[in-house]
Amino acid sequence: MNAPQTMKSLSGEGAAGPERLVVIGNGMAGCRAVEEILARDPARYAITIFGAEPRVNYNRIMLSPVLAGEKTFDEIVINTPEWYVENDITLISGDAVVAIDRENQTVTSASGRIESYDRLLIATGSDPFIIPVPGKDLAGVVTFRDLDDVDKMLAAAEAGKGNGGGHAVVIGGGLLGLEAAHGMALRGMNVTVIHLMPTLMERQLDEAAGWLLKTELERRGQTILTGADTAEIMGKDGHVAGVRLKDGREIAADIVVMAVGIRPATGLAKSAGLEVERGILVDDHMVTSDPAVMAVGECVQHRGLCYGLVAPLWEMCRALADAAVGTPGGYTGSVTSTKLKVSGIDLFSAGDFSGGEGCEDIVMRDAARGIYKRVIVKENQLVGAVLYGDTADGSWYFDLLKKGEDVSGIREALIFGQAFAMGGGALADPNSAVAALSDDAEICGCNGVTKGTVVATINAGACSLDAVRSQCKASASCGSCTGLVESLLALTLGDEVKSGPKTLCKCTSFTHDDVRRLILEKTLKAIPQVMQELTWKTPDGCASCRPALNYYLLCAWPGEYVDDQKSRFVNERLHANIQKDGTYSVVPRMWGGVTTPDELRAIADAADKYQARLVKVTGGQRIDLFGIKKEDLPGIWADLNAAGMVSGHAYGKSLRTVKTCVGSEWCRFGTQDSTGLGIKTEQMTWGSWMPHKFKIAVSGCPRNCAEATIKDFGVICVDSGYELHVGGNGGIHLRGTDLLCKVATEQEALDTCAAFIQLYREQAWYLERTAPWIERVGLDHVKAALFDEPDAIARLAARFRYSQQFMQDDPWARRAAGEDAELHQHLAEFRPFPAPLATLPYTPQQKEAAE
Amino acid sequence: MIGDWIDIGPVGQISPGNARTLPVQGGEEIAIFHTMNNEFYALVNKCPHKHGPLSQGIVHGTVVTCPLHSWNISLKTGEAQGDDKGCVPTIPLRVDAGRIYLERAAIIAAQAPERAA
Repeated sequence: MNAPQTMKSLSGEGAAGPERLVVIGNGMAGCRAVEEILARDPARYAITIFGAEPRVNYNRIMLSPVLAGEKTFDEIVINTPEWYVENDITLISGDAVVAIDRENQTVTSASGRIESYDRLLIATGSDPFIIPVPGKDLAGVVTFRDLDDVDKMLAAAEAGKGNGGGHAVVIGGGLLGLEAAHGMALRGMNVTVIHLMPTLMERQLDEAAGWLLKTELERRGQTILTGADTAEIMGKDGHVAGVRLKDGREIAADIVVMAVGIRPATGLAKSAGLEVERGILVDDHMVTSDPAVMAVGECVQHRGLCYGLVAPLWEMCRALADAAVGTPGGYTGSVTSTKLKVSGIDLFSAGDFSGGEGCEDIVMRDAARGIYKRVIVKENQLVGAVLYGDTADGSWYFDLLKKGEDVSGIREALIFGQAFAMGGGALADPNSAVAALSDDAEICGCNGVTKGTVVATINAGACSLDAVRSQCKASASCGSCTGLVESLLALTLGDEVKSGPKTLCKCTSFTHDDVRRLILEKTLKAIPQVMQELTWKTPDGCASCRPALNYYLLCAWPGEYVDDQKSRFVNERLHANIQKDGTYSVVPRMWGGVTTPDELRAIADAADKYQARLVKVTGGQRIDLFGIKKEDLPGIWADLNAAGMVSGHAYGKSLRTVKTCVGSEWCRFGTQDSTGLGIKTEQMTWGSWMPHKFKIAVSGCPRNCAEATIKDFGVICVDSGYELHVGGNGGIHLRGTDLLCKVATEQEALDTCAAFIQLYREQAWYLERTAPWIERVGLDHVKAALFDEPDAIARLAARFRYSQQFMQDDPWARRAAGEDAELHQHLAEFRPFPAPLATLPYTPQQKEAAE
Repeated sequence: MIGDWIDIGPVGQISPGNARTLPVQGGEEIAIFHTMNNEFYALVNKCPHKHGPLSQGIVHGTVVTCPLHSWNISLKTGEAQGDDKGCVPTIPLRVDAGRIYLERAAIIAAQAPERAA
């Protein structure tokens, strides 16, 4: 390596005749770098460009519109053959460079051509990542990187034409994969997208925007499988025939597009001995570890980062050209933004939207128009933005972000976009902006209510959100104009606004009742959907609303809604009670508090085997084993299952226990078979999720040994039948039950119990026990709901029993069989302090052999 | 270079919104979190309040709510949020080619916080 000469050419002094610049890569980065150099000093270099593809430089990011039929290849050519000629550039296309000899400063191509250089520019770009599954080499498995790939997809679409369109499978739900899917769908194919992660484009989108995107793509007829892991690409006669997922599902395919990601193409640089980590290492002037060799584009790693987008590439090329003509400026890295090129879907993301310390999320959702906007502000600067449905302000946000401008002055109106926020000092306050609206401006789109009507309603005495809703219907339907109505209240009344009922949590302005009603009215069936349609103020909720929404959806759509484990409190996720030291307690179910010697022996064995540190009888007539490690839970459950016992749900917002006395079978005062009724009641109600925990007791006579009058549902047996009591609580606020009714038969007692539970399940707020619920709504309300209509009890009980058929599935048995095993297992164990050599059971010879 | 970072396996082992644990022999157990926004963080698995296992909490944004007494702990800084005071050590983490790496020195140095009142 002759560094002195290279240094001389770097500074430009004393160079005789043009230096020879060889560019490896005829793509966007290589050609752009050449353009930038020519613009600065056209006579400086004699330029040769090697390209692996047999064509001129084209705009690779426009391959999606070519696939979609929105553009032709000619329209995406950047540098025509004439450009190479006019600038005296020797283009060697279709002949890839295979070796670099840095000693002699030459490159060798596949055809054996050797070119010498004074300066070399590597712009080899990136290679698509191929997931190593069986069948990856079958004909019909393509990537989405160049025009040849597009041609293969177009050929598959053509072949499918007489055949119902044919089937395309895209592996990878990122930017590139979705664009490939969109293109093939427009070409008439039946497209399935397989994505490993639960959220599409998870590197660019948060869960809320990802959900909107998925919904829209599904509406357009694509099948989107998230959380789907490819096991194998199946073939027939050497050609792809389908894809099999790890969960066993199979999807037919005439073509499979692999678009799971890219990796920098560094093979050539590495074998030339240049410093390479993930990409080719370059400094701020795009110079590699060899001063005569530069690199640019997706193949490089600059300050620890590799880029796969086009904007950083332009910035790199400018820095490179500055340095290459002797006026170094330097590249300091790029902030990137993303737009999805799928027509009709507006999606933008930029910067850091992971939130966190010191970050403030500002979220705006417009359910009616399918809009989700989220900007993230930190220390008075915009640091990130995610926009779905309306990206008009994307470039403005991106500009604010890149410049790091102080946004404190427009903070309040930032989310409404540039026109609004920059509309002058007065408009920077959302209240002022609302004040500036004309009287005939529509506030509530659902009910067609204008600003004038809302203000008139407020002036006529409606001084709370609820009053406005009930009197003029503004914000009474979908609620997305709630913020506007609140602004009008503040403007019209100043401090006299009456705050409304308590909202579900700080993430929403809706109350528990609103949310429950709207889930049913708008048939909302997933947590991200509820958050979008009900204009949640946070991207993914909080520890209060997530469990509440999970319960409300579970209650509203039995058998349909898939329980969201990550929205459950730890006890319900691990089906055991967490204790102060992080271990768990385990309570097997004992129906009605009745057990057998065999069960007791199995419990004793389990307590020994898993070293329970305490065995305690509970107030609900069960046995509790304390100090069990989370790793041991599936094992202890398997043992208890084997003895016929199931989960006691002592951990859940659910039916806990049915406590009984021995009743007429044994007790000289007993009037009815309270034990038997207790067991029947528990068999009917176990496993049901509720707003809060729920306890039942059955006492065989008014002496009430089972303490039924401090339970959520209590039965007192009397000679003539059964007194049914509700709303008792033995907790912080002791509350005796209210007498609900008296019935004559066991069946009536069971039916009324089922109906009461269902009413509580459907109407109470999450984390509201029956006692405060009845205090809030009144016993009369409960009685009316159960008894006013002659068949109300039958209908409620039927809904409860329908729901129960999906719930009465022992969670312990599923875990013992291996379901959700990762919840119980450590990732790995780290042993940083190796045992001293002397303690190792190695002889010196073994140690030598081991090394 | 490699020895400074411990490979604890592929990202797919932790689903978004969940956490998994890494016991450290002779040291503090580490909790590794995967947020709904597909970011990864590692903290000592002990709430500064009463040493509750943070790995078992509900994750929202970049905060975990401790399962014992609902303290909210920042995954980015380990600081208790709101009016609560306390901090748990964070472990530098990086994701490369689909695998999670933790900084070896930080794992060894990590000490559980004193229990707050």
